[in-house]
Order: sequence, then C-alpha cells, then structure tokens
Amino acid sequence: MFDLLFERAPDGRLYGEWLLSGLFWTLALAGLGWAIAFVVGVAVGVARTRAGGAAAVAARLYVELFRNIPLLVQLFLWYFVLPELLPAAAGTWLKQMPPPWGAFLPALLCLGFYTAARVAEQVRAGIEALPRGQGEAAAALGLSRATVFRRILLPQALRMIVPTLTSEVMNIYKNTSVALTIGVIELTAQARQISETTFQTFAAFGWATVIYLALALVAYQAMELVDRRLQIPGLQPARPAKLRARSLFARARSWFARARFVGAGERS
Amino acid sequence: MSGIDFSVVWQAAPYLWAGLTFTLSLTVAAFLIGISVGTLLAIAQHLQVPVLAPLARIYVAVMRSIPLIMVLFWFFFLMPVVVGYVTGSPRPVPVGAHATAYITFGLFEAAYYCEIIRAGLRAVPRGQYEACRAMSMSPFLTYRLVILPQVLRAVGPIVLNQTIVLFQDTSLVYVLSLTDLLGAAAKMAQINGRLVEMYLAAALIYLVISTLASQIVTMLKRRSWR
Repeated sequence: MFDLLFERAPDGRLYGEWLLSGLFWTLALAGLGWAIAFVVGVAVGVARTRAGGAAAVAARLYVELFRNIPLLVQLFLWYFVLPELLPAAAGTWLKQMPPPWGAFLPALLCLGFYTAARVAEQVRAGIEALPRGQGEAAAALGLSRATVFRRILLPQALRMIVPTLTSEVMNIYKNTSVALTIGVIELTAQARQISETTFQTFAAFGWATVIYLALALVAYQAMELVDRRLQIPGLQPARPAKLRARSLFARARSWFARARFVGAGERS
Repeated sequence: MSGIDFSVVWQAAPYLWAGLTFTLSLTVAAFLIGISVGTLLAIAQHLQVPVLAPLARIYVAVMRSIPLIMVLFWFFFLMPVVVGYVTGSPRPVPVGAHATAYITFGLFEAAYYCEIIRAGLRAVPRGQYEACRAMSMSPFLTYRLVILPQVLRAVGPIVLNQTIVLFQDTSLVYVLSLTDLLGAAAKMAQINGRLVEMYLAAALIYLVISTLASQIVTMLKRRSWR
C-alpha cells in the first residue's frame, strides 16, 4: 500500500502528490466555505431571533430553503442553473471561468451558504439560551440594538455554541467530496482517478480514507482547543473527569460477571 | 437567456415519478436496515460486550468521519469481493448497483442511528436495569420490553429528523449513475437540454417533501411523545 504513494503517474508526478493536491482542494473548500458559513450564519442567526419583521421572515425562509434541499441538488443549481438565470454577461463570465475556478467557485458558494443555514440555527439557539434580562439590561443602559448584539449577546452565545459548531466543522469537510460531481478534483476524486489509472483501488481508497480520518481527528482536536480557550469561566459546568480507560481484559471480566449474575437470577 | 418553459417537466413527469419511487424505497430500506443495525451496535456498546463493543465504536467513528461518497465508492468496490469470498467463488461476484446502494445506505446510516440510540440508552435511569434484574428478566427481555420501547419513543423525533437527512442524502447515488429523483432529472436534462427546468423541478420536489416531513416531525414532537 505504501508503494502507491511513490509510484510515478502518467503526468510525471507521484501519486502521493496527486493525493496531496486533492487534500489541498478539500481543505480550500472546507476552510473558505467555513468562513462564508460563519459570517452568513451569524447574520442569519441574529435575524432569526428578532420577533416579527421582514428580516426574521427572510431569515426563516433562508434556513428552510437551504436545509430542505439536498446538498447535491443545491450544487447543481449553483453550477448549472444560476448562470442561466443571471444576466447574460454575468452568466457567460461564470461559465467561461478557466478551470479549476469554474467548478471551484460554485462549489465554494454552495458549501458556504448550505452550511450557513445550519450555523444560523445554532447561533439562534445560543442567543435564545441566554437569559432575556441580558438584552433588556443592555437596552436599558442605552446601548443601540446593534451594540447589544455585538457587545453583549453574540460574544456569549458564540462561545457557548462552540461544541455544537464542532459537528458542523466535521460536516463541511466531509461535504466537500460532493464537489467531485461538477469536476473539482478534491481528495475523493483523486482517489478515484488513481484507482482508475493504477487499478490499485484498495490502496487508493485506503489512503484517502486515512487522510479523511486524520482530518476528522485534527478538526475535532482543534475545536476542543477552541472550546477550552473560549469557555466562559464559571458559566459552563466543569467537564467530568475522563473515565480511566479500562483494559479490555478487565472489561471482559466484569461483563461476564454481570452476565452470569443475570443468568443466575433467571434460573431461580 | 431563452425563456423558461416548465411544460418539459410535465413531459418528463412519469420518468421523474419512477426516480422518486426509487428514492423513497431507498430511504425506507436504508431506514429499516439502519435502525436495526444501529440499535444492535448501540446495545453492544451499552452492554460493553467484549470485542464487539470496541469494534462497534471503531465502526461508528470511521463511518462518521469519512464522506458518504467515499463510503459509496468503498462498498461498490468491496461488495463483489466480499460476496465472492463468502460464497467461495474464485472471482468477485458482480453485485447490482441497486443492491449496493441499499446496503451501503443502510450500513452508513446505522452509524448515525447508533449514536442517537446510544444517547437515549444513557438517559434511562439505572434503577430500571436494576429493577429488571431484580425481576430476573434476561438482558434480551429487559431491552425488548422495558428499555428499548422508552428509548425509541424518546429519541423518535431525532431519529425521524435523521431520516429526513437520509432522504436528502440518497441523492448522492447520482455518483453510481443510478436513477433516483435527481438522477432522473439529470438524465432528462441531458436528453432535452432543459437543465434549468429539470433541476429546479427536482429541487422543488425535494423541498416540498422535506419541509412537509419536518413539519410533521415538529407536530409529533409537540404532541408529547413520552
């Protein structure tokens, strides 16, 4: 399986480099997509918390629309449909962008706005979890509505929702693989290309899978770190101490002891 | 741009309907496989069955960290090999793309259902297990009669929401060139060249079904599940 990485591909590069370039595009999509998702998600989430008004309705519609259409369908809408609906000049410009940007840009926008809808719901939940008095007290002090959000509500809400945002971070890097359907050669697409040129399917998919697992681990650890750094002292319950890992043997013994106990009860 | 003409969607309606039927049957099959396997995985971890529990944990962690498309490629490649090995045939046995899709989605979703059910299992007070043991019920009876009915009812809305996600995820069988709703729309779009109308129609159908389904889940949640 290791050999594959150092074999030369028809284009003169190593297959390992193919995988790395796939990883690069995956990371680019996930990273930039997350930036869009975070900015748009916070804005929509804030709008969602306002009672009534056009902004709240628009935000609600946005979330419903982006959450109830499959990601792949949304991608096709961005890639195939949007250029046709835009004014002719803009549409042609989009369609004639040189590769890989012609596919990368729609994929990026798609991932960003799709994830934004999910982030928005988390942001809303975070803001609504704060005591009402906070906003009211800030308003009573004469802070403007925008300042209340920027200085009082958001800093607390965003710090509280870091653990739930972790799962969105984990989702966005997995969702990048959908971009292969419009021709972005990200990690999964590279793995498939390698498997098609070398017929070493097992090694090609295996390496891609190992890289994805490593990414998951890194993303998870990074979010843990962010969470620990940003935790509001005294507000969140202390984490329960991690249970000491028991050896497999000890676990097996106690399981059998329990099973025997239940069994004994049955006979009597 | 040339005018949008939705009459082409009506002409393609029977084909789209066939696609939608496959999408729905894939969703139902994957739900049934997923919830059964997921429950077993959750119970194996909850009982801390030796060997099986760590395996279940690894399986769930791996499935949840790699993209569904990658899993689809894996199963598409591995299923013939595995079936060939099990049946003792010297060559890989070709497995139909439909069968592969059913099994892949079922086993993939099992990991997600497992996490939901595991959370539910942990919420059941310890006293219930102890009471069951005091009544000398076997572990099987304990789970079947006492624990699982409560857990499934408590996590019902979450399971249903996950199933709506599953319904949307089935569109990824596009990468296996299967004709689900999106596949049908894409193939029709290629034939009649009306990409805009076909993809908008597909998006609208997904939107209506998912929105309705999540409204129903919200209603059920309000009607106190417990």
